[in-house]
Amino acid sequence: MRSADLLSFNLRLLTRQWFRTLMILLATAVGVAAVLLLTGLGEGARRFVLEEFSLLGQDTLIMLPGRKETTGGLPPLTGEGSRDITLADVAALERLSSISLVAPLIAGNAQVVYAGRNREVMTLGTSARFFEIRKLTLKQGRSLPLIPLERAEAVCLIGPKAKTDLFGSAQALGQWLRIGERRFRVIGIIEDRGQSLGMDVSDQLIIPVASAQQIFNVQGMFRVFLKVRPGSSMQQARSEILDLMQKRHGGERDVTLITQDALLGAFDDILKLLTLSVGAIAAISLVVAGILIMNITLISVSQRTAEIGLLKALGASRGDIRLLFLSEAMLLALLGALIGIGSGYALLWLGHSLWPQFPVSVPLWALLGALSIALGVAALFAWLPASRAARLPPVEALHGEIGHA
Amino acid sequence: MIRLEQLCKTYHLGGESVHALDHMDLAIAAGDYLSVMGPSGSGKSTLLNMLGLLDTPDSGEYWLEEQQVSLLNEEQRAALRNQRIGFVFQAYHLIDRLNARENIELPLVLNGTPPKRRRPLIDELLQRLGLEKHALHLPHQLSGGQRQRVAIARAVIRKPALLLADEPTGNLDSHSSNEVIELLEELNGEGITLLVVTHDPKIGERAHRRLWMQDGRLTGENLDAKSREGRTGRKARKGSDDAQR
Repeated sequence: MRSADLLSFNLRLLTRQWFRTLMILLATAVGVAAVLLLTGLGEGARRFVLEEFSLLGQDTLIMLPGRKETTGGLPPLTGEGSRDITLADVAALERLSSISLVAPLIAGNAQVVYAGRNREVMTLGTSARFFEIRKLTLKQGRSLPLIPLERAEAVCLIGPKAKTDLFGSAQALGQWLRIGERRFRVIGIIEDRGQSLGMDVSDQLIIPVASAQQIFNVQGMFRVFLKVRPGSSMQQARSEILDLMQKRHGGERDVTLITQDALLGAFDDILKLLTLSVGAIAAISLVVAGILIMNITLISVSQRTAEIGLLKALGASRGDIRLLFLSEAMLLALLGALIGIGSGYALLWLGHSLWPQFPVSVPLWALLGALSIALGVAALFAWLPASRAARLPPVEALHGEIGHA
Repeated sequence: MIRLEQLCKTYHLGGESVHALDHMDLAIAAGDYLSVMGPSGSGKSTLLNMLGLLDTPDSGEYWLEEQQVSLLNEEQRAALRNQRIGFVFQAYHLIDRLNARENIELPLVLNGTPPKRRRPLIDELLQRLGLEKHALHLPHQLSGGQRQRVAIARAVIRKPALLLADEPTGNLDSHSSNEVIELLEELNGEGITLLVVTHDPKIGERAHRRLWMQDGRLTGENLDAKSREGRTGRKARKGSDDAQR
């Protein structure tokens, strides 16, 4: 048979039993769409996390107080130090040959007051280096001054959202506001960059680290960001830092270093596995659709016994008959899969337009996998009934109809 | 054209053996017009299936156009059925979702003839059988006589050498029966070898050569219909016995 004839023969069959056809198309389409949706969301989550963390840069280390065993799994994100990382420690780190930039960080929520407006705002105490390491840019004004770390200058930078909350549409630059018990002058407005590392820069205040020590009444650093000097290896920087800290902390290694690679690697592995497993779960629905196709093909074979006998009498070979039933199932699976792909992408697109910052993208392996599983399952499950039809002896097959014609 | 030598076929029905063909010898010349008559279970349908390569003998030889077809495998038999043999059935066996034209087209579709070459062949045949107006009608929109004519068109579209008709008028009134049988005879007049299996003596008597069968054997040839013997032929009864339990 020519493939065009095969196609039109099958299409005639499918449109005639449109309800049956519709149900199978639905089952297959739901399966394929589920695979695409779930892997699309999983892949989106992976990219979202990776984008967040890759802002740190390849050559940045984060030091937190407290010793954590990090053999596999996620490094700790909260540190309770046994001994504080002091500003003197930070200054010592700056002098290391393999380190180009060091930025301390103290973070906390503070009461911020301006002209009777009272807000609780996340306040970061750090140095000018922080802007270089985190790649923050300014919309207006200037950055923190390059002053010794221990000098508590009364200046602050403000994120755009916090600025709107406190100042409305009024001019903020040069105004004085109160953070905790102290007054600060606004010297710059930070460029909005959306969420980063789970913290919204636009809703934050940045002040010199020594000022933050006074406001929050702490000595130890919450984090220290370290940028490795170009040309130095990460490994070398790591051991230099750890050695230095050990020496300064009386022989005790009580800090933890996190690299972006370790963080990203761990997240990437977990999220990839997650995407794969939700995809596999969705693929089960495709197997169910395959079983449905097998049942439908079995019914089709028994309903069309006389037709099989006739086609054999007219000269159809076993291969022709098998092809006829196999291609019917494959055509159903293909149409169903195409509908599923269409609706899956439509739903992802809809989700993306509702929540633009979340990147959704279907990995190619999921698209090809869903398509080939749908077709493969259809071929596999239709093979048995199709072969049964092909083996029917022509005389008996013809007779099946004669009885109740 | 056809030569059967000691052809045997036995069916096993619930432990009982039925000799559908019992050492059958038969020769048919090209262009012949035969009828086969006999009671139910006499083996005439088996003979037709055997000649049409739908069934395989247990023993004996079947020569079709100088080829011993009893040695062919199923795929070769299928190809030969497509090329050389046309079937006409009592129940028409039209595919009800296809229109008249598409039904007639089936043998050409199966052997992969391109649509361009199919069209003139079908147009010509439709016109000849007076079916042009019904080309796009589905089987349920046609009368019995028209359906059987469509079925005959399908049987001869490949210009076969042998046309086998199994009770071709069994479902038709006498007027349509006449039309159908005249059409078959017309085709026979053009050289197709025609074999009609029938219960109806009026149809059977029209053949040039008339065969009678009983218990898988030929019991008479070219005889008058009235002298048929063994009208109360053995019929398998064990089925009803089993059912009573």
